Amino acid sequence: MNPVPAVAVTNLSRLYGTRTALAGVTFVVNRGELFALLGPNGGGKTTLFKILSTLLPATSGEAHIFGQSLVHNPQAVRARLGVVFQHPSLDGKLTVGENLYHHGHLYGLRGQTLRERSAAMLERLGLADRSHDLVETLSGGLQRRVELAKGLLHKPDLLLLDEPSTGLDPGARRDFNDYLQYLREQEGVTIVLTTHILDEAERCDRVGILHQGKLVALDTPDALKACVGGDVVAIRAQNLPEFRDKLVKRFGCEPALVDGALRIERPRGHEFVREVVEAFPGEIQSVTFGRPTLEDVFIHQTGHRFWDEAVNGERSA
Amino acid sequence: MSGFLLPVMTLWQREIVRFVRQRSRLGSALSTPLVFWLLLGGGFSASFRPPGTPAGTGYLEYLYPGMIILVILFTAIFSTISVIEDRKAGFLQGVLVAPVSRASIVLGQALGGATLALLQGVLFLLLAPLAGVHLTVTAVVAGIVVMMLVSFALTSVGLMIAWRMHSIQGFHAIMNLILMPIWFLSGAFFPPTGVPSVLGWLMRLNPLTYGMAALRNSLYIGNPAAAGALPAMAPSLVITAAFAAGTFAFAASTARRNLE
Repeated sequence: MNPVPAVAVTNLSRLYGTRTALAGVTFVVNRGELFALLGPNGGGKTTLFKILSTLLPATSGEAHIFGQSLVHNPQAVRARLGVVFQHPSLDGKLTVGENLYHHGHLYGLRGQTLRERSAAMLERLGLADRSHDLVETLSGGLQRRVELAKGLLHKPDLLLLDEPSTGLDPGARRDFNDYLQYLREQEGVTIVLTTHILDEAERCDRVGILHQGKLVALDTPDALKACVGGDVVAIRAQNLPEFRDKLVKRFGCEPALVDGALRIERPRGHEFVREVVEAFPGEIQSVTFGRPTLEDVFIHQTGHRFWDEAVNGERSA
Repeated sequence: MSGFLLPVMTLWQREIVRFVRQRSRLGSALSTPLVFWLLLGGGFSASFRPPGTPAGTGYLEYLYPGMIILVILFTAIFSTISVIEDRKAGFLQGVLVAPVSRASIVLGQALGGATLALLQGVLFLLLAPLAGVHLTVTAVVAGIVVMMLVSFALTSVGLMIAWRMHSIQGFHAIMNLILMPIWFLSGAFFPPTGVPSVLGWLMRLNPLTYGMAALRNSLYIGNPAAAGALPAMAPSLVITAAFAAGTFAFAASTARRNLE
């Protein structure tokens, strides 16, 4: 028998009034996976995060965590969940140690067990000398670390992180990602994170791309990139619409106009670049050529540029 | 049972520690009632003699127990505001995803807020000589019991509001339209004797009227005549206790329903 998956979500929807934040999302996260929900702001990630962390009821559909229904058995789910919020859920007027102390009590830890566990977490996250500092005196990066220590204090089986690297400098971000890998490999923690940072999703086992409340793609980063047809070529020219027609006539490709450039997915892209440049001397301003990134996957799936979405999403919503 | 009590105790403790760290809160909750009391009490003392009280009761003395209730009300309002803020981006988010019942969260908050309110009410009690009220030990003990009940009830009223509000913007309207009138119409400011009948009825229906009466009755426990014409002690206590239990139950069920 297969073990029960860490997360199983079926046809999950959430409306805010008449606005659809989440439109029938279905996916499974296996135990021990590092899973990213990638999408631009407004794509539905935060809504999904809130539903999974039991803060928000779904309008319809089902969600189970380790086989327990979020609706019927929220307390059993909560006991196995560690949640790391984007805006840290810390009390700034309390010290680091006191925040962990109260948090431990909420999870039924107390006394010696709590003290040992708390000390171990602070040690692990390099916060041991900060235990007596008031949280409000710490930098944003340190606060995120305290938030992580808090989320892991009770040894959760599933760690949910909302935009974990927001507000971290590159060094801290790398440490943070290393630590997530360690947790997954050494302690078998299943990790689900939301992110709008492509690099961060790239490091995960599987990535689900959320766009306007729908899961538009779900696979390993490599498989996702493989479904983009080969290489990605972007061409800028003087008169784009006219140039586009010429391209279509000559090469029979389907260029998409994205962000002021014609974007073409093409196997053996390097040969295509040479042919295009030779075919239209003097008309091309620039050509970029690359292996597909997750951003290309996003464009491929939605026809939109990733970073434009926050703005366009607002308008179309 | 420890699954219920441990979160209650820890949230209660947190409120106290926070309060100790923010000493300015103590001053702000006490100073407004103190200024009101001295200015209104002093100003009206020449022109206004509360009806239904024995000769010699000045307005400063009449207003004094009312100001204790106002101190408690202000502290409850402060707890309300901090809960609203806490829920949006703060400690409470983490509490809500923890495996603890909503009732234990609300009980921890209510006990925390009520303890702070009681503490400040007791500090105001020290001003009794200034009001011309002579307190006996029995009066102090009875007064503290009543203050505990009223503190718990008013904090629960605040939590009832806090758990259904998503921002503190709308809170000021609630404060001016509901919380302050409850205080004005409790007999804190003027006695029910001789007021227009609509106001008289509102005062009789106002649960805080009985908390107010219980406090006056307690402070004048050896000398009931000095307390003036009031609802009697026993029914006042019963109604105040019921008020506390009812508002708490309501706040807990509000918290259960408002998941967000």
